[in-house]
Amino acid sequence: MAYKTHIGSLEAYEKGTIELNDDLRKYAFSNVFEVAGSAAPFERRAVAQNLEYVAEVMRVEGDSPWYAAPHDEFAIVMDGEVTFNFVKLEDDQVPGHAGGAAQLGAQPNGPAMGRVTARRGHQVLLPKGAAYQLTSARPAVAIVQTMDGPVTVKRWSEICTLGDA
Amino acid sequence: MDIQSAKIVATGTDPDTGYDSFRLGGFAFRRDEYFAHIEWPKGSHIIEIDRFLRAMVRDIGWGFFYGWIFFDDIFGTTNHYGTVDVFAGAYDKGYKDQGLDHLETFPAETVKEAFETISRNWINEGYDPLNAPLETGSPLGPKTTERSDPLVRGFAAASRMLGLEGEPPVRSDATGHPINRAFADMEFDTPEIECEPGFEGQLHAINLFDHIARADVTWNPSFTAITGASICCVTSEEHMLPVIHGNDRNEWFIQLTDEIHWQIADKNTGAPRGMIVMKSGDVCAMPADIRHQGFAPKRAMLMVMENGTPGLETRYASGELKPYPVDFG
Repeated sequence: MAYKTHIGSLEAYEKGTIELNDDLRKYAFSNVFEVAGSAAPFERRAVAQNLEYVAEVMRVEGDSPWYAAPHDEFAIVMDGEVTFNFVKLEDDQVPGHAGGAAQLGAQPNGPAMGRVTARRGHQVLLPKGAAYQLTSARPAVAIVQTMDGPVTVKRWSEICTLGDA
Repeated sequence: MDIQSAKIVATGTDPDTGYDSFRLGGFAFRRDEYFAHIEWPKGSHIIEIDRFLRAMVRDIGWGFFYGWIFFDDIFGTTNHYGTVDVFAGAYDKGYKDQGLDHLETFPAETVKEAFETISRNWINEGYDPLNAPLETGSPLGPKTTERSDPLVRGFAAASRMLGLEGEPPVRSDATGHPINRAFADMEFDTPEIECEPGFEGQLHAINLFDHIARADVTWNPSFTAITGASICCVTSEEHMLPVIHGNDRNEWFIQLTDEIHWQIADKNTGAPRGMIVMKSGDVCAMPADIRHQGFAPKRAMLMVMENGTPGLETRYASGELKPYPVDFG
């Protein structure tokens, strides 16, 4: 038997359903392609939150600002192709805030570490101690595993299925 | 909480089937050709043997996971991270109302040893409870030859990210993990990593979908990337989750490919709350006051986000933390 694997994209996705005798806000049901489809480029919208930890969805289109976090982050490309550029931060440049990504004012002046080009299904380490920038010539989608931080955007009521009530 | 000091004890061998029977504290376990039978001082229960063994080996491999593992609506375990409750009917309204429920607490190592002993004796060569039903033999019938390979596999946990030096490797042909038949239609490539001189080894990326597509186990989330106490687990799911998971904290599902149907019920009573169908790209929380069971008509890729912060289970149980994750303001 030949199997057909179904994978969503910005252009074509089918959202599932949630039918519960419960408050649907408890489940915060959303879809990363739907979220990215209505987001501004590089708006880091939370789609999952475990206390201080979040998963953000990012629409990657053009060149992003530079970001850095005081811990490792990870990105999974869900659609398109994204190039991640990395710059090494000096110790005194590493962000001192509690967690999550912070947007830098400009490209940091440290040495270039290199780049990673990733496509759908690839997971990329965004290492502590490095600043990073995402670029894509065409709209792409990434999920970022990180902490709730200065640039995390929360629009739960807009992105979640809340039923008819 | 009284912690039992009893260990697993073999109590005899069935002359017809050849399987051993066992006792752990007040629980007695025996199997026949089709079923596992569990007895305790006030009651008894029967579970289809395939379901029982699929649940038991996963409970071992998960280290009893986060919270409640229901083998079915009646029998299961609760993880207290050092000790484990073994219960029957303790979260079923009918058993509770009639006073037939039973619960005993053991050191986690005792339960692990007990479940390994039972599984070893009750699993024959040719049957692999970690595989999808279409990919393995039958557990039915009398005892033949015990399996000699490890009971559990596929649980290797990354501490930072899969594939980094010193971390578990990404699955590949070289590790003995071919692409599963259900993902044979996918194309897999490799991310390009270009390091400047002096930064070799400091940048890292993997094809996560390729790694999942090569899993030789189902319903078996393993750590791939860690941010603080936030754990990204990925798993391939086919047929049905052989347990019902009761959450002791919030967890999140991100559906990477295909679809999974989740039955949701009240954690304490088992009363149904409804159904969630997740399709590729969907994100959904599993609150801390539910139990859930998944059904995957076609092998699917799932990402699970867990919060491994120590002590969370008591903060949720005490009501300090709400049983759901998002404040809508």
